[in-house]
Amino acid sequence: MTEQVYYEDIEAGSEIPVLVKYPTTMQLVKYAGASGDYYQIHYDKDFALANGLPGVIVHGWLALSFLGQMITDWLGEGGTLVKLNGSYRGMNPVHEDIICNGKVTKKYVEDGKNCARVEIWAENPQGEKTVTGSAVVTLPSRE
Amino acid sequence: MTDEPVISEELQNMLNVDFGPDVYDIEKGMVIKFAEAVDDPNPAWQEAAPPTFPAALVPTKLLHRLFNAQTPLKRLLNGASELEYLQPIKVGDIISVTGRLTRLRQVEGKEGPSLFMFTEVAYTNQRDEVAVKGKNTYIKY
Repeated sequence: MTEQVYYEDIEAGSEIPVLVKYPTTMQLVKYAGASGDYYQIHYDKDFALANGLPGVIVHGWLALSFLGQMITDWLGEGGTLVKLNGSYRGMNPVHEDIICNGKVTKKYVEDGKNCARVEIWAENPQGEKTVTGSAVVTLPSRE
Repeated sequence: MTDEPVISEELQNMLNVDFGPDVYDIEKGMVIKFAEAVDDPNPAWQEAAPPTFPAALVPTKLLHRLFNAQTPLKRLLNGASELEYLQPIKVGDIISVTGRLTRLRQVEGKEGPSLFMFTEVAYTNQRDEVAVKGKNTYIKY
């Protein structure tokens, strides 16, 4: 874990530390078991190919989980995640990096809480965005 | 393609009807297994649920109906997910999950029609507090 980030430390444009993940077929099977999402496009290559896909693809929820981890790692114990969303714009194959990025777009005080809105996205190694979304968080103050 | 409508009467009739609840006991092993599966080593996820854990609390009563409803489109993808956290979900909680289909939208593409199915899910704890509000868009094509 890194040092606690405070509201005063960030501004619009602040970047969240990048998180890189490398999902394998085994991870997709583990995710299927843990989530109950047994749709075969995520672990049965023949089924995926018959569905017109290039091979098994990463669950959208799993890619969003990586983005969620990037945010909660950054927030530390003092921050809270209020909202998280992602649109699945492209497919992530297995055995390829998923590069998670985030950038603060706005900071504001609402109901006495120090809030920030963060644009988040996941990229493949070709730099194509496969998930785009946003998060709303609260951060502790140094005061 | 046949003349069968993409948005069947069966789907239309599901709109804005609550399905559920599906009730889940939040067991420690279930939370730890989920955190391991998403490869998130944060020690907080021994007692509290990681952000996308509601994905494991499937609104099965809604989704069984939705995914098996009559439509000529057979292939399915997840289009988008959204979660709003109002209360933490912790080990020992009992979460009741209720889902509804809120909107259907047919989109004409180069490779034929696709159907966007918009859902909303409420995750309510044993104190009758809505812990998480979820939205998900499924695409049939």
